[in-house]
Amino acid sequence: MAGIEDLYREIILDHYRSPRNRGELPVPPAHKVEGFNPLCGDEVVLYLDVDPESDAVRDVKIAGQGCSISQASTSMMSAAVKGRPLAEVRKLIRAFKALMSIHESKLEGEGEGDGSDLAAELAGVRLGDLEALQGVVKFPVRIKCATLAWNTLQQALDETAQAQA
Amino acid sequence: MTALDVATVKRDFPILERKVNGKRLVYLDSASSAQKPIAVLDAMDDSYRRHYANIHRGVYTIAEEATAAFEAARRKVARFVNAPHAEEIVFTRNATESINLVAYSWARANLRAGDAIVLSHMEHHANVVPWQMLAAERGVELRWIPLTSDFRLDLSNLDALLDGARLLAISAMSNVLGTLNDIRPLADAAHTHGALVLVDACQYVPHVATDVQQWDADFIAFSSHKLCGPTGIGALWSRLELLEAMPPFLGGGEMIRDVRLDGFTTNDVPWKFEAGTPAIVEAVGFGAAVDYVTAFGMDAVRAHEVSLTGYALEALRDRFGESLTIYGPTDLDRRGGAVSFLFDGIHAHDVSQVLDEDAVCVRAGHHCAKPLMRQLGVPATTRASFYVYNDEADVDALIEALAKAQKFFAV
Repeated sequence: MAGIEDLYREIILDHYRSPRNRGELPVPPAHKVEGFNPLCGDEVVLYLDVDPESDAVRDVKIAGQGCSISQASTSMMSAAVKGRPLAEVRKLIRAFKALMSIHESKLEGEGEGDGSDLAAELAGVRLGDLEALQGVVKFPVRIKCATLAWNTLQQALDETAQAQA
Repeated sequence: MTALDVATVKRDFPILERKVNGKRLVYLDSASSAQKPIAVLDAMDDSYRRHYANIHRGVYTIAEEATAAFEAARRKVARFVNAPHAEEIVFTRNATESINLVAYSWARANLRAGDAIVLSHMEHHANVVPWQMLAAERGVELRWIPLTSDFRLDLSNLDALLDGARLLAISAMSNVLGTLNDIRPLADAAHTHGALVLVDACQYVPHVATDVQQWDADFIAFSSHKLCGPTGIGALWSRLELLEAMPPFLGGGEMIRDVRLDGFTTNDVPWKFEAGTPAIVEAVGFGAAVDYVTAFGMDAVRAHEVSLTGYALEALRDRFGESLTIYGPTDLDRRGGAVSFLFDGIHAHDVSQVLDEDAVCVRAGHHCAKPLMRQLGVPATTRASFYVYNDEADVDALIEALAKAQKFFAV
C-alpha cells in the first residue's frame, strides 16, 4: 500500500507552496491555452512564447488553480521547458506521459512488458525534479491531475505550430 | 420515538466491518450513495435464488411471484412518500432519469419557445442540464432563484421569476450546502402563477419523512441507492391525471397495450413509462430498503442526523476555527446532514487523499453542482455526509484526520 509520502514528495509540496513562473505574458507574441480537469475542477492557464528563430521556448508563465498535484506539476513543467528547444520539449512531454502511463498499465495488470517502451521514451531525456511525480501513478485517480499541465502544453505547441504554418 | 442505537445499526452493514489501510472504515459519503444493509442484500439474493423470472409475462409460479414482488415494492415506495396511489410511482433508473422523463415527456409536449422554467442556483446538474438541453432545443427561457448570504434560496424576487413560468424545478435539499427548502410555500406560489412544480428530492427522501400530498408538488424525483437500496432504480412520483395525459418517454415492450404495423397504443400508468424489462430485483431491494429505514421511523432518522450534524458543525468550528469555512446554513432546523467545507489554502482533493489514509471516506469536488460552486467562488469543497450508521466516533475520526491533513499541507 502506497503511503501519502509517496504522493506528496517534499519537492512537490515546495512547488505547490511556491509555484515558479506564475503570471501572464502578452498575447501575441505568446500563445494562451487553458486546460481543465472537469472531474475535480483543476484549471491550468499556460502562456507559451516560442521564439520562431531558434524554435525554442523563449518564456513561459502559468496561472490557474487546483490541487497540489496539478499545480505543482504545472510549476515543475514550466521550470523544465523554459528556454528549451521545442524538439526537447516534445521529447519531455512524451517521456513524462510515458512515466505516467507505464505505471497505469502495470496497475491494470498488463505485466512488465511495457518497460522497453518506457526505456525508449526516456532515452536521453533527463526528467530531473519531475521524477518526484512518479509516486502519483500509485494513486490512479490523481494521474489526470499530474498530466493536465502536460496536455495543456501539448495543445499550446500544436496551436503554435499551426499559427506558424 | 425511539432513538437510533447506532452500534446495533452498524452491525447491519457488512461493509462497515471492513478495514482499509488497516483502519476501521469511516463512511461519510452517504449523500453520494448509502451503504447496503443485510436486509437489502438478503432480499435481493433471495429474489435471484428463489423467485426470479421476467415480470408481467409468464403465467408460471415464479413469474407470478416475481411480478408480485415487483409490484409490492411499488406499493412500499408509494406508502413511504404517502402517495395516494401506487400507480403514481414510476420506476426509473435513478432520480436523474426521473427528471429527464419529465423533461422529455411532459415538457416537450407542453412547453413552447418563450415559456420559462424557474430553477435555483443550488441545483444538482441532474436538475440543470435536462432543462438546458430543452432550452437549447425549444427556446425555453431558464430563470434562476439566487441564494442569500446564509446559503438559502433568496425568494425576494420569486413572484417576478414565476411570472409567466410553466415549471418550477427545485431541490428539496441541496447536496452541497445541506440546505432544506420549504417546498409547500414554493409549490403554492408556483401554482398561483400557473406553473407546475418538480422537486428533486434525492437528498431529502432518505433522511426526512416525505409526504407528497403535503408538498402538493406535481413531480417528485428520488432514488433507491441513497436510501440503502441498490443502484439502477429510482422513482418518479406524479399525479395520476398528469401521468395519464403525458406522452410516453421510451418506447418498447411493457409500455404498450397493442402494436400494429401502423402504430401502437400505450399501456396504463405507470407501466406506460416503464419500457423494456425493468430492474426487477433492484425494485425488490428498493422495497426492502424502504422497510429497513421505515422500521427506525423517519422521525428518529431525522432526529439522529440533526444531532450528529450539530455535533459535527460544532467540532469543526471548535477545532479549526477561522482556517476552515463551512458552506451551508448553521440552523439545524433548516439543514440536513451534508456538510461541505474548505480549508484555507488546501485543495479539497488533497484533503480527501490524506483522509483516505485513515479510511475516512468523504467526497471532494464540485458535487455535480458547478453553477453553485461558481456562486460560492470555490473550485471544489470537501463534503462529509451522514446516515443511520454514523455516530460521533465517526465524526471524531473525521476531525482527527482533518487535523492531520491541515498539518501536512501547512502553508
